[in-house]
Amino acid sequence: MSAIVATLRPYQAVFKARFTLLLQYRAAAFAGFVTQCWWGGIKLMVLAAFFRSVRTTPMTFQQAVDYVWLGQAFLTLLPWSVDPEIARMVRSGDVAYERLRPLDAHAFWYARAIARRTATPLLRAIPMVLTAGLLFHVFGMSEWALSPPAGVQAAALFFLSMVLVILLSSAIATLMDIATVAALSERGVNALVGPLVIVFSGSLVPLPLFPDWLQPALRLQPLAGLLDTPFRIYGGHFAGLDALAALGRQAMWTIVLVLLGRLFMRRVMARLQAQGG
Amino acid sequence: MPSTHIVIEGLTKTFRVAERRIGAMGAITGLLQRRWRTVQALRGISFTLEEGELLGLIGPNGAGKSTTLKILCGILEPSTGRCQVGGLVPWRDRVRHVARIGAVFGQRTQLWWDLPVVESFELLRDIYRVPLERYRKTADELIALLDLDRILGTPVRQLSLGQRMRCEIAASMLHEPRVLFLDEPTIGLDAVAKLAVREFVKTLNREHGVSVILTTHDMQDIEALAERVIVIGKGVILADGSLDALRRGALAERRLWVHFANDVEDVRVAGVSVRRRQGRSVELSFDPRVTSAHRLIAQVAAEFEVEDVHLEEPPIEEVIARFYALHAVEA
Repeated sequence: MSAIVATLRPYQAVFKARFTLLLQYRAAAFAGFVTQCWWGGIKLMVLAAFFRSVRTTPMTFQQAVDYVWLGQAFLTLLPWSVDPEIARMVRSGDVAYERLRPLDAHAFWYARAIARRTATPLLRAIPMVLTAGLLFHVFGMSEWALSPPAGVQAAALFFLSMVLVILLSSAIATLMDIATVAALSERGVNALVGPLVIVFSGSLVPLPLFPDWLQPALRLQPLAGLLDTPFRIYGGHFAGLDALAALGRQAMWTIVLVLLGRLFMRRVMARLQAQGG
Repeated sequence: MPSTHIVIEGLTKTFRVAERRIGAMGAITGLLQRRWRTVQALRGISFTLEEGELLGLIGPNGAGKSTTLKILCGILEPSTGRCQVGGLVPWRDRVRHVARIGAVFGQRTQLWWDLPVVESFELLRDIYRVPLERYRKTADELIALLDLDRILGTPVRQLSLGQRMRCEIAASMLHEPRVLFLDEPTIGLDAVAKLAVREFVKTLNREHGVSVILTTHDMQDIEALAERVIVIGKGVILADGSLDALRRGALAERRLWVHFANDVEDVRVAGVSVRRRQGRSVELSFDPRVTSAHRLIAQVAAEFEVEDVHLEEPPIEEVIARFYALHAVEA
């Protein structure tokens, strides 16, 4: 037991340091909150127009509303940009210093990524959920408000799924960090991965609203586990065995992407040529 | 009996660099077919370092100093050659190796930009798994030696370069490594900060027996610290020995300032040349292997009325410049 504690100590310390640091960016969180409320409103209006114009829909309007608000609340959980600090280190060459740490290189950056994907969303999700879930009722906009989870079981599974989101998202983020080292710049990575994540996680348009023939593929791809899976569980769209299978897919993708990241890290670092001097 | 700490044998390193073709057409053809250029950074470097030794690595920009240091740190893998630090191969046993070394790259930072210094230290403590009591003792000692007390609470980005460098060096020693690699630790520092860094490195080496390899362009660093100097140029070792030996080999001349009591027309002594005149003072340069200083003084005093004499050696910068010129490496 004490051996495990000793092994984990550096990674815990990195997590804690990043976490407390990121919690300090309150102004950015507030600005993000305001923007995300605004965008949430626009998305809802578009969806409302859509739901009024079609006869059958793959999800209820309330489920779509919940999906949008949760999407806005947990937007920063998505791995749509490279850790700016790592991008800076790659540009300046400080990234070589990372090799001087007696740590598992992948776990070191994975711990950082997990910190970024817990601290930042935490600051934004709480006011967002409070606003969409409570204030909207107070202001008489109940039909636009976030409803509570579909049941106790849904709530518990949702929580579990969100934990897996953090692990999956951080695994993808770490892969993006490593790709930045390989490419020596974060721009290409951001331009390539960002849009894919926004579309295929369900952040832009809820995945159930995509064409039927696409559904099986959408369900199996890893990015669905970033947002679509927990939100469907929340609204009761996935329940029982369906929900468990969805959790299984999230866990499987997390493991696959972590292993891929470890392999990729080893190859990139072996090639790393800290240049200059 | 000190034992061998570092062994390097026949180290070579070749980089492949993508070459950019000139002009718009060049950019387009470059998209289709990359042209590579190989750069030989090291062409066979060998030396050993005893435990507790302090070695200065000097050489012009691009000579291969930093590449050597990066290989020693485990950041780079050499193309061929052998390298062992304390029995470990740096790039192969990276995790175990880096836990036992300290490194400071003058132009880089290992402190966390947004964190106060003390939090950076505590993070390093956990990363290197230093036991708490051990850390407290080492940190207190380092803080006192480098005078960091007043800046511990300051975020790193607000520190001056001199303050930051003192913190960087402390940070590299928190896990008490037995060897310290310093890459241009005094670059850009003011005189006071340079002195502080030198003083600290000296203490570390002399009193705590830490082996040190340092690269620098500041010859005062070398004069103050290194008993042994290795000169690297174009990826090979040009000289390995004491500063005095280097001086004898490159620029043995010594200089004698003579201040005469009255105006003197012309000073002519066999085998001696006049470098400069300043009023009644004349600077003579002579080769100590031909004429000894006391014979020259006696000779001059016999001929002229001398008020004062002052003997000096050429500044070390000049010696090194001459050495580079002799070996046809560009500084």
